[in-house]
Amino acid sequence: MGKHTPLYEKHLAAGAKLVDFGGWDMPIHYGSQIEEHHIVRQDAGVFDVSHMTVVEIHGDRGEDYLENLLANDIRRVRRPGQAVYSAMLNEQGGVLDDLIVYATGDPYLAVVNCATREKDLDWMSRQAQPFGCRIVEREDLAILAVQGPTAIARVSRLVTAEHAETIASLKVFQGSWCQDWFIARTGYTGEQGLEIILPGVDAADFWDALLADGIHPVGLGARDTLRLEAGMNLYGSDMDESVSPLESNMESTVFLEGRHFIGAEALRSQQASGPGAMLVGLVMTSRGVLRAHYPVFADGEAVGEITSGAFSPTLQHAIALARVSRLSSDMAVEIRGKMHPVTCVTTPFVRNGQPVFKPRSGT
Amino acid sequence: MAEFPSELRYLETHEWARLDDDLIVVGISDHAQEALGDVVYVELPEIDSAVLAGDEVAVVESVKAASDIYAPLSGRVVAVNEALEDSPELVNEMPYGDGWFFKIKPEDPSALESLLSADDYKTICENEEH
Repeated sequence: MGKHTPLYEKHLAAGAKLVDFGGWDMPIHYGSQIEEHHIVRQDAGVFDVSHMTVVEIHGDRGEDYLENLLANDIRRVRRPGQAVYSAMLNEQGGVLDDLIVYATGDPYLAVVNCATREKDLDWMSRQAQPFGCRIVEREDLAILAVQGPTAIARVSRLVTAEHAETIASLKVFQGSWCQDWFIARTGYTGEQGLEIILPGVDAADFWDALLADGIHPVGLGARDTLRLEAGMNLYGSDMDESVSPLESNMESTVFLEGRHFIGAEALRSQQASGPGAMLVGLVMTSRGVLRAHYPVFADGEAVGEITSGAFSPTLQHAIALARVSRLSSDMAVEIRGKMHPVTCVTTPFVRNGQPVFKPRSGT
Repeated sequence: MAEFPSELRYLETHEWARLDDDLIVVGISDHAQEALGDVVYVELPEIDSAVLAGDEVAVVESVKAASDIYAPLSGRVVAVNEALEDSPELVNEMPYGDGWFFKIKPEDPSALESLLSADDYKTICENEEH
């Protein structure tokens, strides 16, 4: 038996099919992954993501600590509580994890992946010592993500007046504490929505209120196809310690100029010599499904492999992220011994329910 | 709970087979479609192709994985369910009805009797879950 979130009984009651997810028993779907996907694109769905790890960074020098820890630049934030998405690197420039830090000031709030929990806590604590900072895991908190075009309006009607006021005050990619709830306009779906970090003891009541309002529970299966359509990386599939953010389509989250952070020197030398690989979007409009580890070819030459692939419920054809050494106008993926033509495209594939990808220039 | 119609025969690999006049109709079980999740694509065999019992003759792709479909009997493929091209969800909705995959003209229809009974197949599925 795996670990249970405070909503475990609620998942069973909602008819969830549970799977092991990094040591947690988590819902993969509640009947149909594809229906749940469409609900988030068209209306609003709720995900229990309480398996993710919430950490607080305590100390006067929290900003200096994060400046050293992250490839993204915490000093660039314009608004209090702004979310900073960043890679956390080792000295070699390899990606230890990707995380969101909310620029709340002391204590800063961060959310890291569950599969890398121990490694992250160990690394973050070790780096904290010279800055006199302290890393505190908040195991008492649950996380619910309510996502979709109607999500913000619907949640605003269901919460207290104070919480609704906080929601109304937030810009996209900003979060704020309101009493003991942290509410943020962030997510992993490419839709409008909220991520709400709240005491585990409050989670079941809030879940019930959301479902009573007709907001459908959505499993981690749809979460994966939604994030892939949104062109968002999944740690462990699309990047890991063996690759740098420059090879992971994360260039826009790396700020090297005039900065020192862990892994920066490695990135500078990689930038000078040119990264060996790039992470790109692929689409296949013929029938079939692209899946992780299928080999990718350019002009008949093997150039890499798919890191994440799926049938896109919104686009009704296969999409993938692939790490390749070069692009070409003649690209293909090998599926069960047969070559299938694919097109290399910009990501995201889908934004706010609409296709937005274009063929990449130079292909 | 998955259904295991007693009038069908089954393979350990989760196909079902049914005699329909002199043809064998083949699909995947309710248990299999539940385990796969939403089916998004089915690659069917070519009509007129000769198949041997145990051959990989089709592929079912769900949101979760790609799985091979094996021929339960030797013979010749005489029909495929073209409706699955545009509506692969039929495999989830009616695994024993409109979600059938293909029909074989068997060399030896009596070989059907050597496949698993519903009870034996059900036992295998239950053991898989533990």
